[in-house]
Amino acid sequence: MRRTYLGEFEEVVLLMVAILDGEAYGVTVSQALEEHTGRVVTFGTVHNTLIRLEEKGFVSSQLGGATNERGGRRKRIFQVTALGSRALQEIQQLRHELWQMMPPTKLRLTGL
Amino acid sequence: MKPDLKPPRWAERLLEFFCAPHLLEEVQGDLHERFQRQAMLFGAKIARQQYAWNVLSFIRPFALKRKKSEYPSTYLYRPDMFRNYLKIAVRNLVKNKVYSFINIAGLSAGMAVAILIGLWMWDELSYNKYHQNYEKIVRVMQHVTNNGEVQTWPNTPLPLAEELRKSYGSDFKHVTVSQDAYSILSYGEKKFSKKGAYFEPQITEMLTLKMLKGTRNGLQNPNAILLSESVAKAFFGEVDPLDKIMKMDNQTDVKVTGVYEDLPANSDFHEVTFIAPWQLYYNNNEWVRTMADPWRPNAFHIYAQLIPNADITTVSYKIKDAKLNKVSKELAKKKPEVFLHPMSKWHLYSDFKNGVNVGGKIQYVWLFGISGLFVLLLACINFMNLSTARSEKRAKEVGIRKAVGSVRAQIVYQFFFESLLMVFFSFVFALLLAQLMLPFFNSVADKTMSVPWGNPLFWFTGFGFSLLCGLVAGSYPAFYLSSFQPLKILKGTFRAGRWAALPRQVLVTIQFTVSVTLIIGTIIVFRQVKFAQNRPMGYNSNGLVTLPMYTSEIHTHFDAVKKELTKSGAIIDMAEAGSPPTENYSSTSTIEWKDKDPNLSVDFQTIAISFDYGKTIGWSFKEGRDFSKEFSTDSSGLILNEAAVKFMGLKNPVGETIKWYGTSNKVIGVVKDMIVQSPFQQVKPSIYHLTPYPGGVIIVKINPLASAGKALSEVETVFKKFNPSQPFEYQFVDEEYAKKFDNEERIGQLATFFAILAIFISCLGIFGLASFIAEQRTKEIGIRKVLGASVTNLWQMLSKDFVILVIISCVISAPIAYYFLQEWLQKYTYRTEISGWIFAVAGFGALVITLLTVSFQAIKAALMNPVKSLKTE
Repeated sequence: MRRTYLGEFEEVVLLMVAILDGEAYGVTVSQALEEHTGRVVTFGTVHNTLIRLEEKGFVSSQLGGATNERGGRRKRIFQVTALGSRALQEIQQLRHELWQMMPPTKLRLTGL
Repeated sequence: MKPDLKPPRWAERLLEFFCAPHLLEEVQGDLHERFQRQAMLFGAKIARQQYAWNVLSFIRPFALKRKKSEYPSTYLYRPDMFRNYLKIAVRNLVKNKVYSFINIAGLSAGMAVAILIGLWMWDELSYNKYHQNYEKIVRVMQHVTNNGEVQTWPNTPLPLAEELRKSYGSDFKHVTVSQDAYSILSYGEKKFSKKGAYFEPQITEMLTLKMLKGTRNGLQNPNAILLSESVAKAFFGEVDPLDKIMKMDNQTDVKVTGVYEDLPANSDFHEVTFIAPWQLYYNNNEWVRTMADPWRPNAFHIYAQLIPNADITTVSYKIKDAKLNKVSKELAKKKPEVFLHPMSKWHLYSDFKNGVNVGGKIQYVWLFGISGLFVLLLACINFMNLSTARSEKRAKEVGIRKAVGSVRAQIVYQFFFESLLMVFFSFVFALLLAQLMLPFFNSVADKTMSVPWGNPLFWFTGFGFSLLCGLVAGSYPAFYLSSFQPLKILKGTFRAGRWAALPRQVLVTIQFTVSVTLIIGTIIVFRQVKFAQNRPMGYNSNGLVTLPMYTSEIHTHFDAVKKELTKSGAIIDMAEAGSPPTENYSSTSTIEWKDKDPNLSVDFQTIAISFDYGKTIGWSFKEGRDFSKEFSTDSSGLILNEAAVKFMGLKNPVGETIKWYGTSNKVIGVVKDMIVQSPFQQVKPSIYHLTPYPGGVIIVKINPLASAGKALSEVETVFKKFNPSQPFEYQFVDEEYAKKFDNEERIGQLATFFAILAIFISCLGIFGLASFIAEQRTKEIGIRKVLGASVTNLWQMLSKDFVILVIISCVISAPIAYYFLQEWLQKYTYRTEISGWIFAVAGFGALVITLLTVSFQAIKAALMNPVKSLKTE
């Protein structure tokens, strides 16, 4: 299995793309980020990440959906690929397993 | 969408500039969408800020990186294409012979001048660099205040050298006193009078003389002499000159202890053809040993070399009062301030005004450097003009090239290639031309330069400049021609609009502005020279000859010599004087007269003369009388010039008593001012007095009825009879006088040269342009002729454009020329006025030349048979 490393921010962005489900493009992703995680990031960062995710094969994109307020310019709409969703699931799975392995006292010590 | 709700323009531009094209649409769209929302929520101001911030956040690799094109790009350096460019370039050269000639001739003339000017500047700037201690050698000079005016003298009193050595010795490595020498050297039968100098022994180390024979210690013995290579050759040929005994001035035996390599022409010491020890001068000249107040006569040069880490300015400041502290109260009134003038500034920064260095020859270095650059620029302008003018002809070629697949860069390369080819052709011609013009240029500039063929720096600069020239000259055609759209050109709808001619017109105007300015400059320089030449000399230089005297034989037999020469009819008169009428070496400050303001400090020229001096040179009296043998009291009599009378403010000068160094003298006459020093400055107050001692020169007035050559040979025989030891030398006074204008005349000649060249190049340019325009308008001219236009009409039509440009140039150049020449004339006390007619003449001249140039083409076009011009397609 090709193991491609997924960074923390990349993971969050990938999740956002999955959440937005067909409506994910630069503006919506950064809005969702702001809304759900409280992180304010510049467009440049978001675009950069989206393009890197596409290069790694976690998302695919196509152009479409020009609107008036965009001055007639098309959006690049991103969608999670099979590889992307598997990567997300694997991460989830891994975390879950790791959580299971943690001794219960430890959780209490850290105040949880 | 409200129209005012727009993101900042600059940010948009920036984004469009840097963002990769394949990303631009989505990125810009996102940014706009965001902007609109922000504007709605927070207002336009914040939205704009956010927008700009977001744009900046895109400056990162992913957005900058361009997507690779799917198609292979054109390989720009294909040798085949270069071969094709070469072929086309050569065909174009051959096909348009006139254009090619104009281009290459103009450009090579410009480059040749640039090369010559470059050599000249190089020579000037490398002055004295032959001496390795160049950085540390200084001349000791002084500022002296005379009646509030600070004068700067290169000569100093003798004890100053000792004082520098004693009190400031830690800063100096060497200090040497020096005196110029002009002596007869003889060895056996061979006698020559040579220029040289007396120095102290360290001078050989200071000037780092290259000894060909002997060592640098040669001057330790007071009866030694060092010869330059050329002098040694003149006396000894191939024989070894070492240890040979020569005679100096027929009296002192000196032993040759060394031979040094001739000092180069661009050294301030290049006239020093032999070096004798200072001690010898000291031993032979009684007056030096017995000076009453040795601090008084400023008759010596002092040179010094500082220790390696001394700073010239600091040391100069330190020794400021070296003289003031030592001199008498009276001399201290002149506030002598000693300073050091570094060797690096001797040649180019030699002028002082009120105690401040105000440059000197460096101004000419700048002036000619800029002129040379302008001439080169004019030539480049021609090149650009002709290339763009021909653009329409080559537009089709560009169109076809583009249609079959040339990219723009290739067209740009092609035109650069062509212009570089032309430039290198021109460079080769320019080198030839420079080599041919060099002798002439050397004689005008008074230099002995040669083209340094072997110097890599020369080639480097030469090729560097050519490359630059080619790029500058080729840039306009390259970028202009390559910007044509193939579709338009090939469809035939392409027409260079009116704006296309505008840059060309501007360039022509620049050319003519430069040319007209140079013409005006030339006229004014010559008027200035003429103005000073027309100034009355105050005496008659016709047939006046001076003969330098080194020994006293002629003086002793003066009357006999004179009698013999007048009897034979060779001369009319003969007299002795301290110096020739065109120079004077002595002056005094110890003059007192009735009602003299005690604070006034005085600097009078003193001229020692014999009886008949006045008659010989033909001065004219304003009042009083000449010296006469009939009055025994005349030995203490004085004759003043008008300037002296005016300076002293005497109402009735004749009969006044004047005290000179304590002795009373009576004024017996006043002569009209005679020009002794610079004809451009005021005549200095002068005193003429009789002297019983031998003078430095004999002045004879040749009989106007006898031929000069014959008279001189008679003088020679008589002089040889009485003074066989001295080689016969003479100078014509009018020639010497004419030399006073050398500098100005040289500037005039160079200005003429530049003006002619500038006009020539500019005319070549408009000749080419005119022929091009005539060719372009062939059809129009044909139709006009058919409809009844006369040749005059057509000539007017074709010449008008150029005439307007020339008139504009005249208007621009007049104030420029006025400003610079007014500045230049300020240097001269006696100066010509810049009158209006000069501008009129220059403008008119430029206009006539332009018309002549253009008319040739215009009339040729106007005379063409309309049938022929309309028939062809």
